[in-house]
Amino acid sequence: MADPLTPVLTKRWLSPNSWRLSTYEQLEGYTAIRKALAGTPEQLVQLIKDAGLRGRGGAGFPAGLKWSFMPPNEDKPHYLVINADEGEPGTCKDIPLMMADPHSLLEGCVIASYAMRSHHCFIYVRGEALHCVRRLNAAVREAYDAGYVGRNILGTGYDLDITVHAGAGAYICGEETALLDSLEGRRGQPRLKPPFPAAAGLYAAPTTVNNVETIASVPFIVNAGSDWFRQMGREKSPGPKIYSISGHVERPGQYEAPLGTTLRELLELCGGMKDGIPLKFWTPGGSSTPLLTAEHLDVPLDFEGAAEAGSMLGTTAVQVFNETVSVPWAVMKWTKFYEHESCGKCTPCREGTYWLAQILERMVEGRGTEEDIDTLLDVCDNIFGRSFCALGDGAVSPIVSGIKYFRDEFLALCERDKAGTAKAELVGARA
Amino acid sequence: MTMAPSRKDTAPDSENAVPEGYVRLTIDGEEVIAPKGELLIRTAERLGTVIPRFCDHPLLDPAGACRQCLVEVEMGGRPMPKPQASCTMTVADGMVVRTQLTSPVADKAQQGVMELLLINHPLDCPICDKGGECPLQNQAMAHGRADSRFHDTKRTFPKPIPISAQILLDRERCVLCQRCTRFSQQIAGDNFLDLLERGAHQQIGTASTAEVEGAAESDGVGGDRNQSYFSGNTIQICPVGALTSAQYRFRSRPFDLVSSPSVCEHCSSGCAERTDFRRGKVMRKLAGNDPDVNEEWICDKGRFAFRYAQAGDRLRRPLVRNASGLLEEASWTEALRVAAEGLVKAREGSGAGVLTGGRLTVEDAYAYSKFARIALRTNDIDSRARAHSAEELEFLASRVVGTNPDNGVTFAALEHAPTVLCVTFEPEEEAPIVFLRLRKAARKRGARIVHLGQWSTPSVRKTFGELLACVPGEEPAALDGLGRHAPDLERALSAPGAVILVGERAAEVPGLFAAVVALSERTGAKVAWIPRRAGERGALEVGAAPSLLPGGRPVTDAAARAEVESHWGVPIPAKPGRDTNGILRAAAEGGLSGLVIGGVDPDDLPDPELARRALESADFIVSLELRPSAVTEYADVVLPIAPDVEKSGSYLNWEGRSRPFDTTIENTGALSDCRVLDTLAVEMDADLFTQTPAASGADLARLPRFTPRPGTFPASEAAKVALASSQAKLATWRQLLDEGSLQDDEPHLAGTARKVVARLSAKTAESVGETVTVATDRGEVTLPVEVADLPDNVVWLPANSTGSRVRATLGAGHGSVVSIKGGVEE
Repeated sequence: MADPLTPVLTKRWLSPNSWRLSTYEQLEGYTAIRKALAGTPEQLVQLIKDAGLRGRGGAGFPAGLKWSFMPPNEDKPHYLVINADEGEPGTCKDIPLMMADPHSLLEGCVIASYAMRSHHCFIYVRGEALHCVRRLNAAVREAYDAGYVGRNILGTGYDLDITVHAGAGAYICGEETALLDSLEGRRGQPRLKPPFPAAAGLYAAPTTVNNVETIASVPFIVNAGSDWFRQMGREKSPGPKIYSISGHVERPGQYEAPLGTTLRELLELCGGMKDGIPLKFWTPGGSSTPLLTAEHLDVPLDFEGAAEAGSMLGTTAVQVFNETVSVPWAVMKWTKFYEHESCGKCTPCREGTYWLAQILERMVEGRGTEEDIDTLLDVCDNIFGRSFCALGDGAVSPIVSGIKYFRDEFLALCERDKAGTAKAELVGARA
Repeated sequence: MTMAPSRKDTAPDSENAVPEGYVRLTIDGEEVIAPKGELLIRTAERLGTVIPRFCDHPLLDPAGACRQCLVEVEMGGRPMPKPQASCTMTVADGMVVRTQLTSPVADKAQQGVMELLLINHPLDCPICDKGGECPLQNQAMAHGRADSRFHDTKRTFPKPIPISAQILLDRERCVLCQRCTRFSQQIAGDNFLDLLERGAHQQIGTASTAEVEGAAESDGVGGDRNQSYFSGNTIQICPVGALTSAQYRFRSRPFDLVSSPSVCEHCSSGCAERTDFRRGKVMRKLAGNDPDVNEEWICDKGRFAFRYAQAGDRLRRPLVRNASGLLEEASWTEALRVAAEGLVKAREGSGAGVLTGGRLTVEDAYAYSKFARIALRTNDIDSRARAHSAEELEFLASRVVGTNPDNGVTFAALEHAPTVLCVTFEPEEEAPIVFLRLRKAARKRGARIVHLGQWSTPSVRKTFGELLACVPGEEPAALDGLGRHAPDLERALSAPGAVILVGERAAEVPGLFAAVVALSERTGAKVAWIPRRAGERGALEVGAAPSLLPGGRPVTDAAARAEVESHWGVPIPAKPGRDTNGILRAAAEGGLSGLVIGGVDPDDLPDPELARRALESADFIVSLELRPSAVTEYADVVLPIAPDVEKSGSYLNWEGRSRPFDTTIENTGALSDCRVLDTLAVEMDADLFTQTPAASGADLARLPRFTPRPGTFPASEAAKVALASSQAKLATWRQLLDEGSLQDDEPHLAGTARKVVARLSAKTAESVGETVTVATDRGEVTLPVEVADLPDNVVWLPANSTGSRVRATLGAGHGSVVSIKGGVEE
């Protein structure tokens, strides 16, 4: 096999001062913008459709199709909003991208905004990533000064403003409608759909929300064409993808490889399991994607492959755990994350995560029962597909998949309880 | 629980084509035709299938938050992968829906959500106000598990916390359905509560309960932020016992209460209510559901102000002034005999007049009208216990009497009006339900609401309105010149459906009615008059006015008068009587010997001093009253009458819509005014045929209909006054919650009243500082200053609030000239 890496988005990352406009310009930066602005918005949408670019934020919705939902008229202002609220546990691709190569995102923003007849683009950055906010702001300033953003861009008559907005650090604001509410200054809670953002999004105007990696891919497609893009990856999931590998591997980090790369290949790239301790379980795309085991080493990691294996590609945050890690413990930690981050809007997620976290904590402390395992699964069933947004679905993924592959470990924890260490307590006595 | 009204179009008729604007779908195997846009939960309800729900409310925007109403849906033969919230999904052609009745998936989803809702609920139903009428309790019984599998620790909160002086919140009981927050944001427009925190810590709270750095100290409970005139509705729509009122909390159980439909006695909206009583005492009032009038909302005054009728000083027995000048209890026979003798003597002397106040039912007002003409043989009767004018009476006689929902402006017309101009009318303070409709019109239909007033009041802000500011008294000029300074508004008023609303304070502005009529004639906009008190419209309609007989017949119209004369069987004086001011002046100057007064407070009258002089000078006064008052102090005979809850009758609301109600609490022995007057008339050898409200109503109904002829309108000139440097024009109107006597004994309600402040423009405020003393030759009022967007040299005062009783203290009204200076607050 040839070099398994396909550095596209990451190709400038190791250049000195890679985040500077001058560096970017030396490395083909802001060349795609000239081609794009010379064409029509319709041509750009078609190009992205032809390239088969799918959303990199987790759901994999075809980006060109999403862009085409924007109304052709301009009765109301159109907005492009970049979802840079990277919060999925294990995910760490957008922040490095914005740190190392912010101008690729900005160039993508200009092209995508032009394609959607938008004159204002917002980049919603996770509040904790303060360094990243500063770097983006600096890059936006550079771009304004150089005339890549602002009035009459490169003399084409096209105007675009870019605003960088720092969120306040809520996982739910990665959900696009909650993000829009937060951006408007409201409580970050998901909105009722319809209306969808393309009809009534930010300030009730047509809006498209795209992930950082999706938009950063656009200049490359404009420069090299859809056929080039389709050479990488697989038929339905073309293109390169940044795999964020963390956990018990020798060299954790960002590995940009074609969609469809397997964990076995990724492990080779990052030097194998740390200290040779065998793999126990892993997530293909963050904690919201059902975990997989060593038997899934050869699953092609693209949208279809992950789904066929009973999981999801998600954000390609590959978290690798070796045999020293207790599955119930890891699941409990994840569940506490979801409990903490549930926005509270809907009953299943708000109350369900509160309950699940308590059961799992009790179980890890050795005070669980076999019945608790059934209760866990049934409560998960009552959350999955019943909650207002996908957060609830994500919250039950680690539990359901954890019990599916490692039920024995949960049972073993409960066996200790059977030994009779726990005392019976009156229900409600502590309430 | 709130249900959708049943509609006739439910009947599935597979033979016929689906009518335009409708779709055909299947719910639980049954075909149904539903209007496009209808929510599944309502369509199912019309079929008789009640899907459990918490956040859903027909008058609030859908939220989809509680997830209790999940059903299975199939579209175009393809089942949707997840159960859908039937409160957010609209019907579509060919949709197949399976509710909990036929779908195990939907049933399990509902059971699951119910179990989750209960894990953090305290299950304290036995001590909860809502227990017995609680949607959570009822639906948990119908759609929940018998046992909980939750063995862990419940989330707890300190409780209750006060949202306002009246509203208390128990966060443990709350299921976070957001009905209250959505009500406050969407319907009332007051953000007096909101969601705080997130996840399982999410809770309802206010700015003062939020743990926000620095916020808690600066905005304590009792600040204006937490107040709303409509807060009580949140208690009623709360599907659990999380919101309770200080007034009703722990007072009774729903199953101990007797409920009866009733009508609100406070303002002229005529809201449908439900009155709940136990052992002869009203325990609470709830909003009734009347889509034509108040939908499902009432204001806090209508909900909480009812204990005046149970006050300890209620008059239960007639009183007669004895030889030593003291009132002492007497039998009805004695009291009526003394009253009759005194009134006959007065009638034969220089005559007797009748003042009725604006709070009578139609039936009672009719009895007063008849009593004046038949027993006292006079047209000296007026129901306007407030500032009034001859111009107003002319306007009422020619433009208001006889209007009704069929030919005049209605709540629905307001909701659909493209433009509404409010003239000297403060909807939120004077007719809160009208305000809600105006807000709805603006919010839902983009109606343009324009207020001709003095400053951007909450009514202006919350109706997304525009303010046409003018100096008090210059309203007529503002309307006359509309074509010059606001031609777009004049054009907007010419569009079909546009409405002009006039408030009762217009009577204090000479020439304003003429200007309103002229504007209406110029543009074609319909005019409606919205008085404050519940009885104003009815009294007008039955002839409790000096120049009008029942049906709006002019006293001076011989043919019209003859109709009444033949019906009543007595001659009626052909000369119009005197109005309230005229009657009082005559009595004060000895030109009138007797007065019959029902429910009038001298401090409401244009000149309280004149009123007191009249009461002192009159030879003989009969007072029909509920409780001791300034009038009973002077009365020779006091006849106790029944409050609304102890009698039947009807009000005419501002639309001219009849609002009948039955007796709520029976057999208290209290008599309605019409019964007392009937018996008194018999003692005077006259028959009124108003022994009961029903008899009175029937007698009135036998009069043939009369169509008042619109009269011409002489414009009266506004007097131009030049202001001295320390003088200002007074703008004043009443707050909804103030010192009104029907709000007595309601400390929690009073705690939600708006701050009592004087308002001045920034420039005028510079000359006075932090507090202002507003004075006339009668007295002075000192209040803290709040700067608002008033015209310069205008001061606004609340008309009847604590520390600001404008009539009583200053003897002044809207448009009066007052002096202002910097004051020192005591």
